[in-house]
Amino acid sequence: MFEIRIHSRGGQGGVTAARLLALAAFRDGKFATACPFYGAERRGAPVVSFVRIDDKPIKVYSQIRTPDLVVVLDTSVMDVVDVLQGLKDGGKVLLNATHGGDLKGHKTYVVDLTGIALKQNLVVAGSPILNTPVLGALAKIGIISPESAKISISEMFSDERNVRAAEAAYEELVE
Amino acid sequence: MLTIATGNKAVAAAVRQANPAVIAAYPITPQTEIVEQMAEYVTAGELKSRYIPVESEHSAMAACIGASITGVRTFTATSSHGLLYMHEMINWAAGARLPIVMANVNRALGPGWNVWAEHTDAFQERDTGWLQVFVSTVQEAYDATLMAFRIAEHNDVLLPVMVNLDGFTLSHIMQSLETVNPGDFIPPLHLPHAIDPAHPAGYGTLTGPDDYFKFRWDIERSMRDSVKVIRETEQDFADRFGRSYGMTEEYRCEDADVVVIAMGTLGKEAEVAIDLLRKEGIRAGSMRIRWLRPFPTLDLAGRDVVVIDRDYSFGFGGILAQSLKAKHRCEPYSVIAGLGGQEVTYDDIAGFIRDRKPGEEYWFGVKA
Repeated sequence: MFEIRIHSRGGQGGVTAARLLALAAFRDGKFATACPFYGAERRGAPVVSFVRIDDKPIKVYSQIRTPDLVVVLDTSVMDVVDVLQGLKDGGKVLLNATHGGDLKGHKTYVVDLTGIALKQNLVVAGSPILNTPVLGALAKIGIISPESAKISISEMFSDERNVRAAEAAYEELVE
Repeated sequence: MLTIATGNKAVAAAVRQANPAVIAAYPITPQTEIVEQMAEYVTAGELKSRYIPVESEHSAMAACIGASITGVRTFTATSSHGLLYMHEMINWAAGARLPIVMANVNRALGPGWNVWAEHTDAFQERDTGWLQVFVSTVQEAYDATLMAFRIAEHNDVLLPVMVNLDGFTLSHIMQSLETVNPGDFIPPLHLPHAIDPAHPAGYGTLTGPDDYFKFRWDIERSMRDSVKVIRETEQDFADRFGRSYGMTEEYRCEDADVVVIAMGTLGKEAEVAIDLLRKEGIRAGSMRIRWLRPFPTLDLAGRDVVVIDRDYSFGFGGILAQSLKAKHRCEPYSVIAGLGGQEVTYDDIAGFIRDRKPGEEYWFGVKA
């Protein structure tokens, strides 16, 4: 079982990112569950959501304690949350950032999702949309196939800029 | 069709296919997604139901009762405080023998104000004459909702059915869902005591002790008969669509020296704990109780029993543990866990089983 924890702030689409990722994994023929952790959420508060991907049905409902991959959609949460907590040895990190390096020995990928969203003018209520471009980055890392990433985005969003943003993130991901 | 959906959306998909004539509902977290989806189906013309937006849950059930007595299929959904606000009408629905189907998204009762999973809300309705089923996956939420209509409306039952799913843990998780073409799986409803202007009759009039007593016995007789109807319905569902669950879902129980008994999503996560313990050489099994009413008969003879209650009766004990004690004369290790959405992992469940103390009660995560 591959376990992914997504860190974001309320309103940035972390929950939708988890759902898109699960849907894409499902379209790849895997079993997948996406579960948001619902706390006392409000816009701007740090939130987490979880995705599990496996070749067999998933019976676990509790939160992910030891993820294989941590995705950080807003690096400012790293000031208040230890995003690496419980990350497995050999576990990976994906940051929405313009530059970076490996965090505490964990292989870290960097992609400027915010810049990509702004370039595509993917902005809702003043916030850049991060949850569709991040699927492109996850496809590049190999969590899901690029085809399923596109299908998943198209199933949930009709605006083609979402797919273009995911393609850009696929191209621009830096290891 | 194979897709991916939340527990709430799975319930809504099944209700759409059951095609109720009337849906009356009031939104409440974490159930709101169900009634929103039903309203969308109706607005889009995909469902011809009359959708009655009411001002309270009490009115939601009252509207369902009024519609159901005319002999049409009805549905509502609620949770927690909404369920308790319905309490008077919930009793009425069963007493009037109306096959209403309701989804209840299990949520703790305030205060402290809490929107997360707990079963005490549904357990407080256990003596009302409703059948109650608890589900553990998105697929089961869909399947059980389809089956609920057929079971409720069966001539040998004619009692309302409540489909329970854990708040957020199941209502908001996304899992795969295979929808089916129900065909004639749910036959048309024929309510023998439906209002008929050609044959006027009194409803809800004063009833003397002799007749009242007969009505109560008749509810119990139908509750007992419902076991057979549930089994037949499950069998037909399995024959048509290839999935079955049973009154109680057993996992690796054949040679088990110890069984853990739980409900809802905890009962499914318990299966992971069983796999862990089996690797350690502990012969453990899991029994996930699905039907709270009618309450199942379990094979517990000669086994240690660990019961996880996501509910409590103050001054008495875990309701499931006490029910099993009364019915099976066992001395379970009674674990109270998961109240108000408390996180309980498969590791925790394995720990309950390893460290069991038969006859004792243990509040998980609370220092005595």
